[in-house]
Amino acid sequence: MQVFCYKQDDINTDLLFPGKYTYTCSTGPEILEHLLEDLDPAFAKSVKSGDIIIAGENFGCGSSREQPSLGLRYVGLKAVIARSFARIFYRSAINQGLLLVQSPEAVEAYNEGNEVEIDPAGGIIRIEGRTFNFPALPSEMLSILADGGLLNHIRKEFSGGDER
Amino acid sequence: MGETFAMKILGRAAGKKVREGEIVFVEPDYVLTHDNSSAIIGKFEATVPGSKVKYPKRLAIVLDHVIPAASSKNAAGHRKIRKFVDEQNIRHFYDIGTGICHQVLPEMGLVKPGSIVVGSDSHTCTYGAFNCFATGIDRTEAAGIWITGKTWFKVPETINIDITGSFTAGVSAKDLILTIIGDIGAGGANYMAVEFNGPAVAGFRICDRMTIANMGIEMGAKIAAFQANSVTDRYLEAMGVDISEALWSDNDAEYTRSYEYDLADIVPVAACPHQVDNVLPIQELPETGIDQVFIGTCTNGRIEDFQAALEILRGHTVHSDVRLLVGPASRKEYLKAMQMGLIQDFVEAGAVILPPGCGPCLGAHQGALAPDEKCLSTANRNFKGRMGEKDAEIYLSSPETAAASAITGRITDPREVL
Repeated sequence: MQVFCYKQDDINTDLLFPGKYTYTCSTGPEILEHLLEDLDPAFAKSVKSGDIIIAGENFGCGSSREQPSLGLRYVGLKAVIARSFARIFYRSAINQGLLLVQSPEAVEAYNEGNEVEIDPAGGIIRIEGRTFNFPALPSEMLSILADGGLLNHIRKEFSGGDER
Repeated sequence: MGETFAMKILGRAAGKKVREGEIVFVEPDYVLTHDNSSAIIGKFEATVPGSKVKYPKRLAIVLDHVIPAASSKNAAGHRKIRKFVDEQNIRHFYDIGTGICHQVLPEMGLVKPGSIVVGSDSHTCTYGAFNCFATGIDRTEAAGIWITGKTWFKVPETINIDITGSFTAGVSAKDLILTIIGDIGAGGANYMAVEFNGPAVAGFRICDRMTIANMGIEMGAKIAAFQANSVTDRYLEAMGVDISEALWSDNDAEYTRSYEYDLADIVPVAACPHQVDNVLPIQELPETGIDQVFIGTCTNGRIEDFQAALEILRGHTVHSDVRLLVGPASRKEYLKAMQMGLIQDFVEAGAVILPPGCGPCLGAHQGALAPDEKCLSTANRNFKGRMGEKDAEIYLSSPETAAASAITGRITDPREVL
Protein backbone atom coordinates (compact mmCIF):
# COMPACT_ATOMS: atom_id res chain seq x y z
CA MET A 1 0.00 0.00 0.00
CA GLN A 2 1.33 3.43 -0.98
CA VAL A 3 0.30 6.75 0.50
CA PHE A 4 0.33 9.79 -1.79
CA CYS A 5 0.55 12.87 0.40
CA TYR A 6 -0.47 16.26 -1.01
CA LYS A 7 -1.10 18.35 2.07
CA GLN A 8 -1.62 21.69 0.30
CA ASP A 9 -5.12 23.21 0.41
CA ASP A 10 -7.50 23.75 -2.52
CA ILE A 11 -6.25 21.01 -4.86
CA ASN A 12 -8.65 21.66 -7.71
CA THR A 13 -10.22 19.59 -10.44
CA ASP A 14 -7.86 20.93 -13.11
CA LEU A 15 -4.90 19.62 -11.11
CA LEU A 16 -6.68 16.28 -10.64
CA PHE A 17 -7.69 16.05 -14.30
CA PRO A 18 -6.91 18.85 -16.79
CA GLY A 19 -9.95 20.42 -18.44
CA LYS A 20 -8.46 20.07 -21.92
CA TYR A 21 -9.15 16.33 -21.84
CA THR A 22 -12.66 16.56 -20.39
CA TYR A 23 -14.54 16.00 -23.63
CA THR A 24 -12.27 13.35 -25.10
CA CYS A 25 -11.59 11.07 -22.10
CA SER A 26 -14.41 9.47 -20.17
CA THR A 27 -13.49 5.81 -19.58
CA GLY A 28 -11.30 4.55 -16.75
CA PRO A 29 -8.22 3.74 -18.88
CA GLU A 30 -8.46 7.07 -20.78
CA ILE A 31 -8.77 9.00 -17.53
CA LEU A 32 -5.93 7.18 -15.78
CA GLU A 33 -3.48 8.35 -18.44
CA HIS A 34 -3.93 11.98 -17.29
CA LEU A 35 -4.99 11.53 -13.65
CA LEU A 36 -3.28 14.15 -11.43
CA GLU A 37 -1.10 15.05 -14.44
CA ASP A 38 -0.46 18.68 -13.45
CA LEU A 39 -0.18 17.90 -9.71
CA ASP A 40 2.05 14.83 -9.69
CA PRO A 41 3.09 13.49 -13.10
CA ALA A 42 4.37 10.27 -11.46
CA PHE A 43 1.01 9.40 -9.87
CA ALA A 44 -0.72 7.75 -12.82
CA LYS A 45 2.17 5.36 -13.43
CA SER A 46 2.69 4.30 -9.83
CA VAL A 47 -0.80 4.26 -8.23
CA LYS A 48 -2.15 0.81 -7.38
CA SER A 49 -5.32 -0.67 -5.99
CA GLY A 50 -5.54 -0.17 -2.22
CA ASP A 51 -3.45 3.03 -2.17
CA ILE A 52 -4.45 6.11 -0.17
CA ILE A 53 -4.27 9.86 -0.85
CA ILE A 54 -3.80 12.33 2.01
CA ALA A 55 -4.73 15.96 1.31
CA GLY A 56 -5.46 19.36 2.86
CA GLU A 57 -8.53 21.60 2.90
CA ASN A 58 -11.14 21.81 0.13
CA PHE A 59 -9.79 18.87 -1.88
CA GLY A 60 -11.44 18.61 -5.32
CA CYS A 61 -12.68 22.20 -5.60
CA GLY A 62 -13.73 23.67 -8.92
CA SER A 63 -15.39 21.92 -11.82
CA SER A 64 -18.14 19.31 -11.61
CA ARG A 65 -16.19 17.04 -13.97
CA GLU A 66 -16.22 13.52 -12.60
CA GLN A 67 -12.99 12.22 -14.11
CA PRO A 68 -11.12 12.79 -10.81
CA SER A 69 -13.50 10.68 -8.71
CA LEU A 70 -14.16 8.17 -11.48
CA GLY A 71 -10.44 7.79 -12.18
CA LEU A 72 -9.52 7.30 -8.52
CA ARG A 73 -12.27 4.73 -8.14
CA TYR A 74 -11.15 3.00 -11.35
CA VAL A 75 -7.61 2.48 -10.03
CA GLY A 76 -9.05 1.05 -6.83
CA LEU A 77 -7.89 3.81 -4.50
CA LYS A 78 -8.87 2.78 -0.98
CA ALA A 79 -9.71 6.30 0.19
CA VAL A 80 -8.86 9.98 0.15
CA ILE A 81 -8.24 11.31 3.64
CA ALA A 82 -8.41 15.11 3.70
CA ARG A 83 -8.90 18.01 6.07
CA SER A 84 -12.04 18.80 4.04
CA PHE A 85 -13.57 18.18 0.63
CA ALA A 86 -15.24 20.45 -1.91
CA ARG A 87 -18.94 19.76 -2.14
CA ILE A 88 -19.40 18.64 -5.74
CA PHE A 89 -16.36 16.35 -5.54
CA TYR A 90 -17.65 14.86 -2.28
CA ARG A 91 -20.99 14.06 -3.89
CA SER A 92 -19.31 12.76 -6.99
CA ALA A 93 -17.11 10.40 -4.96
CA ILE A 94 -20.17 8.89 -3.30
CA ASN A 95 -21.76 8.55 -6.73
CA GLN A 96 -18.68 6.64 -7.92
CA GLY A 97 -18.41 4.51 -4.80
CA LEU A 98 -15.11 6.11 -3.72
CA LEU A 99 -14.53 6.45 0.02
CA LEU A 100 -13.69 9.95 1.29
CA VAL A 101 -12.68 10.44 4.89
CA GLN A 102 -12.65 13.86 6.50
CA SER A 103 -10.15 13.87 9.34
CA PRO A 104 -7.99 16.97 9.88
CA GLU A 105 -6.35 15.20 12.84
CA ALA A 106 -5.23 12.22 10.76
CA VAL A 107 -3.87 14.52 8.04
CA GLU A 108 -1.98 16.47 10.70
CA ALA A 109 -0.56 13.31 12.24
CA TYR A 110 0.63 11.72 9.01
CA ASN A 111 4.33 11.86 8.22
CA GLU A 112 5.99 10.49 5.10
CA GLY A 113 6.56 6.77 5.33
CA ASN A 114 3.89 6.14 7.99
CA GLU A 115 1.68 3.09 7.65
CA VAL A 116 -2.00 4.04 7.27
CA GLU A 117 -4.91 1.68 7.84
CA ILE A 118 -8.59 2.44 7.38
CA ASP A 119 -11.54 0.56 8.79
CA PRO A 120 -14.49 2.12 6.91
CA ALA A 121 -17.18 0.20 8.79
CA GLY A 122 -15.70 1.02 12.18
CA GLY A 123 -14.95 4.64 11.24
CA ILE A 124 -11.33 4.31 12.30
CA ILE A 125 -8.00 5.40 10.78
CA ARG A 126 -4.78 4.01 12.26
CA ILE A 127 -1.49 5.81 11.69
CA GLU A 128 1.60 4.33 13.38
CA GLY A 129 -0.36 3.07 16.36
CA ARG A 130 -2.47 6.19 16.79
CA THR A 131 -6.19 5.93 16.04
CA PHE A 132 -8.49 8.57 14.67
CA ASN A 133 -12.26 8.26 14.50
CA PHE A 134 -14.33 9.65 11.67
CA PRO A 135 -18.12 10.02 11.74
CA ALA A 136 -20.26 7.55 9.80
CA LEU A 137 -21.94 8.83 6.64
CA PRO A 138 -25.72 9.36 6.67
CA SER A 139 -27.54 6.14 5.78
CA GLU A 140 -28.71 7.47 2.39
CA MET A 141 -25.09 7.89 1.29
CA LEU A 142 -23.87 4.70 2.93
CA SER A 143 -26.33 2.66 0.90
CA ILE A 144 -25.09 4.25 -2.35
CA LEU A 145 -21.47 3.55 -1.35
CA ALA A 146 -22.31 0.00 -0.29
CA ASP A 147 -23.87 -0.69 -3.69
CA GLY A 148 -20.69 0.51 -5.41
CA GLY A 149 -21.98 3.88 -6.57
CA LEU A 150 -25.17 5.63 -7.59
CA LEU A 151 -25.89 3.84 -10.86
CA ASN A 152 -25.38 0.40 -9.32
CA HIS A 153 -27.67 1.54 -6.53
CA ILE A 154 -30.33 2.62 -9.06
CA ARG A 155 -29.88 -0.59 -11.05
CA LYS A 156 -30.58 -2.53 -7.86
CA GLU A 157 -33.70 -0.48 -7.18
CA PHE A 158 -34.92 -1.06 -10.74
CA SER A 159 -34.35 -4.80 -10.58
CA GLY A 160 -36.77 -5.07 -7.69
CA GLY A 161 -34.50 -4.17 -4.81
CA ASP A 162 -35.58 -1.88 -2.01
CA GLU A 163 -37.68 0.72 -3.83
CA ARG A 164 -37.49 3.98 -1.97
CA MET B 1 -36.92 31.50 14.37
CA GLY B 2 -37.33 32.34 10.68
CA GLU B 3 -36.24 30.20 7.77
CA THR B 4 -33.57 30.81 5.16
CA PHE B 5 -34.19 30.65 1.40
CA ALA B 6 -32.52 27.23 1.23
CA MET B 7 -34.71 25.82 4.01
CA LYS B 8 -37.88 27.16 2.41
CA ILE B 9 -37.20 25.97 -1.10
CA LEU B 10 -36.02 22.48 -0.09
CA GLY B 11 -38.84 22.25 2.44
CA ARG B 12 -41.46 23.08 -0.19
CA ALA B 13 -39.95 20.54 -2.62
CA ALA B 14 -39.78 17.85 0.08
CA GLY B 15 -43.28 18.66 1.31
CA LYS B 16 -42.30 19.21 4.94
CA LYS B 17 -40.59 21.60 7.33
CA VAL B 18 -36.84 20.97 7.22
CA ARG B 19 -33.89 21.78 9.42
CA GLU B 20 -30.29 22.47 8.48
CA GLY B 21 -28.24 19.31 8.11
CA GLU B 22 -31.25 17.16 7.24
CA ILE B 23 -31.17 15.05 4.06
CA VAL B 24 -34.16 15.51 1.77
CA PHE B 25 -35.16 13.89 -1.51
CA VAL B 26 -36.48 16.25 -4.17
CA GLU B 27 -37.42 16.22 -7.85
CA PRO B 28 -35.50 19.03 -9.58
CA ASP B 29 -37.47 21.21 -12.02
CA TYR B 30 -34.65 21.05 -14.57
CA VAL B 31 -31.49 19.07 -15.05
CA LEU B 32 -28.99 20.79 -17.32
CA THR B 33 -26.27 18.93 -19.21
CA HIS B 34 -24.03 20.09 -22.08
CA ASP B 35 -21.38 18.48 -24.27
CA ASN B 36 -20.88 16.03 -21.43
CA SER B 37 -24.34 14.62 -22.25
CA SER B 38 -22.66 12.09 -24.56
CA ALA B 39 -20.90 10.49 -21.57
CA ILE B 40 -24.13 10.74 -19.55
CA ILE B 41 -26.04 8.98 -22.33
CA GLY B 42 -23.50 6.14 -22.09
CA LYS B 43 -24.16 5.82 -18.36
CA PHE B 44 -27.93 6.06 -18.81
CA GLU B 45 -27.97 3.35 -21.47
CA ALA B 46 -25.64 1.07 -19.52
CA THR B 47 -27.82 1.34 -16.40
CA VAL B 48 -31.31 1.04 -17.89
CA PRO B 49 -30.92 -0.25 -21.48
CA GLY B 50 -33.78 0.68 -23.79
CA SER B 51 -35.52 2.83 -21.17
CA LYS B 52 -37.04 6.26 -21.52
CA VAL B 53 -35.96 9.32 -19.56
CA LYS B 54 -38.38 9.71 -16.66
CA TYR B 55 -39.24 13.40 -17.26
CA PRO B 56 -38.00 14.39 -20.76
CA LYS B 57 -39.50 17.88 -20.41
CA ARG B 58 -37.23 18.55 -17.43
CA LEU B 59 -34.02 17.98 -19.37
CA ALA B 60 -32.16 20.92 -20.87
CA ILE B 61 -29.23 20.10 -23.13
CA VAL B 62 -27.01 22.85 -24.52
CA LEU B 63 -23.99 22.23 -26.76
CA ASP B 64 -21.55 24.95 -25.75
CA HIS B 65 -18.29 23.65 -24.34
CA VAL B 66 -16.34 22.63 -27.43
CA ILE B 67 -18.19 24.24 -30.34
CA PRO B 68 -17.82 23.96 -33.25
CA ALA B 69 -16.33 20.52 -32.62
CA ALA B 70 -12.55 20.73 -32.31
CA SER B 71 -12.01 17.11 -33.27
CA SER B 72 -13.78 14.15 -34.80
CA LYS B 73 -14.21 12.75 -31.29
CA ASN B 74 -16.06 15.91 -30.17
CA ALA B 75 -18.17 15.78 -33.32
CA ALA B 76 -19.12 12.16 -32.64
CA GLY B 77 -20.15 13.15 -29.12
CA HIS B 78 -22.35 15.94 -30.46
CA ARG B 79 -23.94 13.55 -32.97
CA LYS B 80 -24.67 11.00 -30.27
CA ILE B 81 -26.44 13.73 -28.24
CA ARG B 82 -28.58 14.86 -31.21
CA LYS B 83 -29.67 11.26 -31.81
CA PHE B 84 -30.59 10.77 -28.15
CA VAL B 85 -32.52 14.05 -28.16
CA ASP B 86 -34.61 12.78 -31.09
CA GLU B 87 -35.17 9.31 -29.63
CA GLN B 88 -36.10 10.59 -26.19
CA ASN B 89 -38.13 13.55 -27.42
CA ILE B 90 -36.09 16.11 -25.49
CA ARG B 91 -37.77 19.44 -26.17
CA HIS B 92 -35.22 21.76 -24.57
CA PHE B 93 -32.23 21.03 -26.78
CA TYR B 94 -30.04 23.90 -27.97
CA ASP B 95 -27.47 23.04 -30.60
CA ILE B 96 -24.11 24.72 -31.16
CA GLY B 97 -24.26 28.47 -31.61
CA THR B 98 -27.24 29.05 -29.29
CA GLY B 99 -24.87 30.06 -26.54
CA ILE B 100 -23.41 29.13 -23.17
CA CYS B 101 -25.82 27.03 -21.13
CA HIS B 102 -25.98 29.49 -18.23
CA GLN B 103 -27.01 32.29 -20.59
CA VAL B 104 -29.31 30.10 -22.69
CA LEU B 105 -31.49 28.65 -19.91
CA PRO B 106 -32.64 32.08 -18.67
CA GLU B 107 -33.07 33.31 -22.25
CA MET B 108 -35.28 30.35 -23.08
CA GLY B 109 -37.48 30.95 -20.05
CA LEU B 110 -36.41 27.80 -18.20
CA VAL B 111 -35.38 29.40 -14.93
CA LYS B 112 -38.33 30.12 -12.72
CA PRO B 113 -38.02 31.90 -9.38
CA GLY B 114 -38.40 29.43 -6.54
CA SER B 115 -37.46 26.42 -8.69
CA ILE B 116 -34.70 23.83 -8.26
CA VAL B 117 -32.20 23.43 -11.10
CA VAL B 118 -29.29 21.03 -11.11
CA GLY B 119 -26.65 20.80 -13.79
CA SER B 120 -23.60 18.75 -14.62
CA ASP B 121 -21.64 21.98 -14.61
CA SER B 122 -20.28 23.68 -11.52
CA HIS B 123 -21.45 27.14 -12.63
CA THR B 124 -25.08 26.04 -12.53
CA CYS B 125 -25.22 28.24 -9.43
CA THR B 126 -25.68 31.16 -11.90
CA TYR B 127 -29.48 30.74 -11.78
CA GLY B 128 -29.42 31.93 -8.19
CA ALA B 129 -29.55 35.30 -9.96
CA PHE B 130 -33.21 34.46 -10.68
CA ASN B 131 -34.09 33.14 -7.22
CA CYS B 132 -33.45 29.49 -8.11
CA PHE B 133 -31.91 26.85 -5.87
CA ALA B 134 -29.34 25.95 -8.51
CA THR B 135 -26.28 23.78 -8.06
CA GLY B 136 -23.75 21.58 -9.81
CA ILE B 137 -23.72 17.79 -9.83
CA ASP B 138 -21.54 15.25 -11.63
CA ARG B 139 -22.34 13.29 -14.80
CA THR B 140 -23.27 10.14 -12.92
CA GLU B 141 -25.83 11.98 -10.82
CA ALA B 142 -27.27 13.63 -13.94
CA ALA B 143 -27.73 10.14 -15.43
CA GLY B 144 -29.37 9.07 -12.18
CA ILE B 145 -31.85 11.97 -12.34
CA TRP B 146 -32.62 11.22 -15.99
CA ILE B 147 -33.60 7.74 -14.79
CA THR B 148 -35.34 8.42 -11.47
CA GLY B 149 -36.28 12.12 -11.66
CA LYS B 150 -35.03 12.70 -8.13
CA THR B 151 -31.95 13.34 -6.04
CA TRP B 152 -30.98 14.15 -2.45
CA PHE B 153 -29.74 17.32 -0.78
CA LYS B 154 -28.44 18.09 2.63
CA VAL B 155 -30.21 21.27 3.76
CA PRO B 156 -27.32 23.74 3.89
CA GLU B 157 -26.45 26.37 6.43
CA THR B 158 -26.50 29.91 5.05
CA ILE B 159 -24.04 32.79 4.79
CA ASN B 160 -25.58 36.25 4.46
CA ILE B 161 -23.84 38.95 2.45
CA ASP B 162 -25.32 42.39 3.00
CA ILE B 163 -24.53 44.95 0.32
CA THR B 164 -24.99 48.72 0.52
CA GLY B 165 -23.88 51.75 -1.51
CA SER B 166 -23.07 52.25 -5.20
CA PHE B 167 -20.10 51.36 -7.39
CA THR B 168 -17.65 54.12 -8.25
CA ALA B 169 -16.53 54.70 -11.86
CA GLY B 170 -14.58 51.82 -13.43
CA VAL B 171 -15.73 49.30 -10.79
CA SER B 172 -18.37 46.63 -11.40
CA ALA B 173 -20.03 43.44 -10.17
CA LYS B 174 -16.99 41.31 -11.05
CA ASP B 175 -14.81 43.37 -8.71
CA LEU B 176 -17.37 42.87 -5.95
CA ILE B 177 -17.61 39.09 -6.26
CA LEU B 178 -13.83 38.68 -6.62
CA THR B 179 -13.36 40.80 -3.49
CA ILE B 180 -15.89 38.66 -1.62
CA ILE B 181 -14.18 35.42 -2.74
CA GLY B 182 -10.81 36.83 -1.72
CA ASP B 183 -12.21 37.50 1.77
CA ILE B 184 -14.21 34.29 2.25
CA GLY B 185 -11.69 32.00 0.53
CA ALA B 186 -11.96 29.21 -2.05
CA GLY B 187 -13.52 26.84 0.48
CA GLY B 188 -15.03 29.40 2.86
CA ALA B 189 -18.62 28.78 1.79
CA ASN B 190 -18.18 25.05 1.20
CA TYR B 191 -21.48 23.10 1.47
CA MET B 192 -23.28 26.36 2.32
CA ALA B 193 -25.91 28.55 0.73
CA VAL B 194 -24.98 32.18 0.13
CA GLU B 195 -27.70 34.85 0.13
CA PHE B 196 -27.08 38.34 -1.23
CA ASN B 197 -29.13 40.89 0.66
CA GLY B 198 -29.10 44.61 1.39
CA PRO B 199 -30.30 47.81 -0.27
CA ALA B 200 -27.73 47.78 -3.09
CA VAL B 201 -29.26 44.63 -4.57
CA ALA B 202 -32.22 46.67 -5.86
CA GLY B 203 -29.82 48.53 -8.15
CA PHE B 204 -28.29 45.40 -9.70
CA ARG B 205 -29.07 44.64 -13.32
CA ILE B 206 -29.70 41.06 -14.52
CA CYS B 207 -26.09 40.90 -15.75
CA ASP B 208 -24.75 42.00 -12.34
CA ARG B 209 -26.77 39.33 -10.54
CA MET B 210 -25.59 36.68 -13.00
CA THR B 211 -21.90 37.66 -12.71
CA ILE B 212 -22.14 37.46 -8.92
CA ALA B 213 -24.19 34.25 -8.61
CA ASN B 214 -22.04 32.56 -11.29
CA MET B 215 -18.98 32.72 -9.06
CA GLY B 216 -20.59 31.31 -5.90
CA ILE B 217 -18.91 27.96 -6.56
CA GLU B 218 -15.50 29.67 -6.45
CA MET B 219 -15.97 30.03 -2.69
CA GLY B 220 -17.38 26.51 -2.48
CA ALA B 221 -21.04 27.51 -2.19
CA LYS B 222 -23.82 25.03 -2.87
CA ILE B 223 -26.03 27.86 -4.08
CA ALA B 224 -25.60 31.64 -4.41
CA ALA B 225 -28.97 33.35 -4.59
CA PHE B 226 -30.83 36.64 -4.81
CA GLN B 227 -34.39 37.56 -3.97
CA ALA B 228 -36.66 38.10 -6.97
CA ASN B 229 -37.56 41.77 -7.52
CA SER B 230 -39.02 44.07 -10.17
CA VAL B 231 -35.82 43.71 -12.27
CA THR B 232 -36.05 39.92 -12.48
CA ASP B 233 -39.84 40.01 -12.79
CA ARG B 234 -39.64 42.28 -15.84
CA TYR B 235 -36.95 40.14 -17.48
CA LEU B 236 -38.72 36.83 -16.83
CA GLU B 237 -42.29 37.96 -17.54
CA ALA B 238 -41.19 39.12 -20.99
CA MET B 239 -40.51 35.43 -21.68
CA GLY B 240 -43.73 34.22 -20.13
CA VAL B 241 -42.08 32.72 -17.06
CA ASP B 242 -44.29 32.11 -14.03
CA ILE B 243 -42.94 34.39 -11.30
CA SER B 244 -45.51 33.49 -8.64
CA GLU B 245 -43.44 30.84 -6.84
CA ALA B 246 -40.57 33.07 -5.72
CA LEU B 247 -39.36 32.51 -2.17
CA TRP B 248 -37.02 34.34 0.16
CA SER B 249 -35.67 34.09 3.66
CA ASP B 250 -37.58 35.47 6.62
CA ASN B 251 -36.39 38.71 8.20
CA ASP B 252 -35.48 36.79 11.35
CA ALA B 253 -33.71 33.94 9.53
CA GLU B 254 -30.60 32.80 11.35
CA TYR B 255 -27.36 32.88 9.39
CA THR B 256 -24.22 30.94 10.21
CA ARG B 257 -22.07 33.92 9.20
CA SER B 258 -22.69 37.42 7.88
CA TYR B 259 -20.56 39.84 5.89
CA GLU B 260 -21.12 43.47 4.94
CA TYR B 261 -19.91 45.25 1.84
CA ASP B 262 -20.23 48.90 0.83
CA LEU B 263 -19.91 49.13 -2.95
CA ALA B 264 -18.21 52.51 -2.57
CA ASP B 265 -15.24 50.70 -0.99
CA ILE B 266 -14.79 48.21 -3.85
CA VAL B 267 -11.85 48.88 -6.19
CA PRO B 268 -10.73 47.16 -9.41
CA VAL B 269 -9.18 43.82 -8.48
CA ALA B 270 -7.72 40.76 -10.15
CA ALA B 271 -7.63 37.12 -9.11
CA CYS B 272 -3.99 36.16 -9.57
CA PRO B 273 -2.55 32.74 -10.49
CA HIS B 274 -3.48 30.03 -9.69
CA GLN B 275 -6.48 30.48 -7.39
CA VAL B 276 -9.65 32.51 -7.60
CA ASP B 277 -9.29 33.63 -3.97
CA ASN B 278 -5.80 35.04 -4.62
CA VAL B 279 -7.28 38.53 -5.08
CA LEU B 280 -5.32 41.79 -5.17
CA PRO B 281 -6.26 45.38 -6.00
CA ILE B 282 -4.89 46.11 -9.48
CA GLN B 283 -2.95 49.03 -8.02
CA GLU B 284 -1.02 46.65 -5.76
CA LEU B 285 0.01 44.31 -8.59
CA PRO B 286 3.58 44.45 -9.82
CA GLU B 287 3.87 45.41 -13.50
CA THR B 288 2.36 42.41 -15.29
CA GLY B 289 2.64 42.21 -19.07
CA ILE B 290 0.00 40.09 -20.81
CA ASP B 291 -0.15 38.11 -24.04
CA GLN B 292 -3.88 37.56 -24.32
CA VAL B 293 -7.09 39.20 -23.09
CA PHE B 294 -10.36 37.28 -23.18
CA ILE B 295 -13.69 39.08 -22.73
CA GLY B 296 -16.59 36.64 -22.63
CA THR B 297 -17.91 33.51 -20.82
CA CYS B 298 -20.97 32.88 -18.65
CA THR B 299 -19.46 35.31 -16.14
CA ASN B 300 -18.96 38.37 -18.35
CA GLY B 301 -20.02 37.78 -21.96
CA ARG B 302 -23.15 39.91 -22.01
CA ILE B 303 -24.06 43.18 -23.78
CA GLU B 304 -23.46 45.31 -20.69
CA ASP B 305 -20.00 43.74 -20.31
CA PHE B 306 -19.20 44.57 -23.93
CA GLN B 307 -20.48 48.11 -23.51
CA ALA B 308 -18.37 48.64 -20.41
CA ALA B 309 -15.29 47.30 -22.20
CA LEU B 310 -15.89 49.40 -25.30
CA GLU B 311 -16.37 52.59 -23.36
CA ILE B 312 -12.71 52.16 -22.52
CA LEU B 313 -11.52 50.55 -25.75
CA ARG B 314 -13.19 52.83 -28.34
CA GLY B 315 -10.74 55.17 -30.01
CA HIS B 316 -7.81 52.91 -29.08
CA THR B 317 -6.27 49.87 -30.68
CA VAL B 318 -5.27 46.69 -28.92
CA HIS B 319 -1.59 46.71 -27.88
CA SER B 320 0.67 45.05 -30.44
CA ASP B 321 1.82 42.40 -27.94
CA VAL B 322 -1.74 41.41 -27.01
CA ARG B 323 -4.32 39.14 -28.64
CA LEU B 324 -7.85 40.24 -27.72
CA LEU B 325 -10.52 37.54 -27.92
CA VAL B 326 -14.20 38.39 -27.50
CA GLY B 327 -16.88 35.74 -27.04
CA PRO B 328 -20.59 36.61 -26.80
CA ALA B 329 -22.44 34.51 -24.22
CA SER B 330 -25.24 33.61 -26.62
CA ARG B 331 -26.61 34.08 -30.14
CA LYS B 332 -29.11 36.58 -28.76
CA GLU B 333 -26.39 38.61 -27.10
CA TYR B 334 -24.29 38.33 -30.28
CA LEU B 335 -27.15 39.64 -32.43
CA LYS B 336 -27.82 42.52 -30.05
CA ALA B 337 -24.12 43.36 -30.04
CA MET B 338 -24.09 43.41 -33.83
CA GLN B 339 -27.18 45.58 -34.05
CA MET B 340 -25.65 48.02 -31.59
CA GLY B 341 -22.39 48.16 -33.53
CA LEU B 342 -20.40 46.66 -30.66
CA ILE B 343 -18.97 43.81 -32.72
CA GLN B 344 -17.76 46.28 -35.35
CA ASP B 345 -16.11 48.38 -32.63
CA PHE B 346 -14.34 45.35 -31.19
CA VAL B 347 -13.12 44.19 -34.60
CA GLU B 348 -11.90 47.69 -35.47
CA ALA B 349 -9.95 47.78 -32.22
CA GLY B 350 -8.25 44.53 -33.26
CA ALA B 351 -10.31 41.85 -31.49
CA VAL B 352 -10.94 38.31 -32.71
CA ILE B 353 -14.61 37.35 -32.30
CA LEU B 354 -15.31 33.80 -31.13
CA PRO B 355 -18.57 31.85 -31.57
CA PRO B 356 -21.08 32.01 -28.68
CA GLY B 357 -19.78 29.27 -26.40
CA CYS B 358 -17.35 28.54 -23.58
CA GLY B 359 -14.37 29.21 -25.85
CA PRO B 360 -10.92 29.37 -24.23
CA CYS B 361 -12.25 29.23 -20.64
CA LEU B 362 -11.73 25.50 -20.18
CA GLY B 363 -8.67 25.04 -22.35
CA ALA B 364 -10.13 22.45 -24.70
CA HIS B 365 -9.80 24.58 -27.85
CA GLN B 366 -9.77 28.20 -29.14
CA GLY B 367 -7.26 30.55 -27.61
CA ALA B 368 -5.15 28.04 -25.69
CA LEU B 369 -2.00 29.48 -24.12
CA ALA B 370 1.67 28.68 -24.75
CA PRO B 371 4.04 27.91 -21.86
CA ASP B 372 4.84 31.01 -19.76
CA GLU B 373 2.18 33.13 -21.45
CA LYS B 374 -0.12 35.32 -19.36
CA CYS B 375 -3.81 35.80 -20.03
CA LEU B 376 -6.21 38.28 -18.44
CA SER B 377 -9.69 36.81 -18.66
CA THR B 378 -13.18 37.83 -17.58
CA ALA B 379 -13.94 34.15 -16.87
CA ASN B 380 -14.49 32.61 -13.44
CA ARG B 381 -11.55 30.28 -12.95
CA ASN B 382 -7.75 30.67 -13.14
CA PHE B 383 -6.56 27.23 -12.04
CA LYS B 384 -3.16 26.04 -13.16
CA GLY B 385 -3.57 24.41 -16.57
CA ARG B 386 -7.10 25.71 -16.99
CA MET B 387 -6.45 27.26 -20.42
CA GLY B 388 -4.63 24.23 -21.72
CA GLU B 389 -1.10 24.85 -20.40
CA LYS B 390 0.14 24.29 -16.86
CA ASP B 391 3.05 26.70 -17.23
CA ALA B 392 0.81 29.59 -18.31
CA GLU B 393 -0.74 32.13 -15.94
CA ILE B 394 -4.36 33.29 -15.84
CA TYR B 395 -5.57 36.46 -14.15
CA LEU B 396 -9.29 37.18 -13.74
CA SER B 397 -10.84 40.63 -13.83
CA SER B 398 -13.81 42.76 -14.83
CA PRO B 399 -14.47 43.65 -18.48
CA GLU B 400 -13.38 47.22 -17.67
CA THR B 401 -9.96 46.07 -16.43
CA ALA B 402 -9.65 43.64 -19.34
CA ALA B 403 -10.27 46.44 -21.86
CA ALA B 404 -7.84 48.86 -20.21
CA SER B 405 -5.19 46.13 -20.11
CA ALA B 406 -5.74 45.22 -23.77
CA ILE B 407 -4.79 48.80 -24.65
CA THR B 408 -1.70 49.07 -22.44
CA GLY B 409 -0.42 45.49 -22.73
CA ARG B 410 -0.12 45.17 -18.95
CA ILE B 411 -2.73 44.62 -16.23
CA THR B 412 -4.12 48.11 -15.79
CA ASP B 413 -6.55 49.79 -13.40
CA PRO B 414 -9.35 50.99 -15.72
CA ARG B 415 -9.53 54.27 -13.82
CA GLU B 416 -6.16 55.15 -15.34
CA VAL B 417 -7.63 55.27 -18.82
CA LEU B 418 -11.22 56.38 -18.13
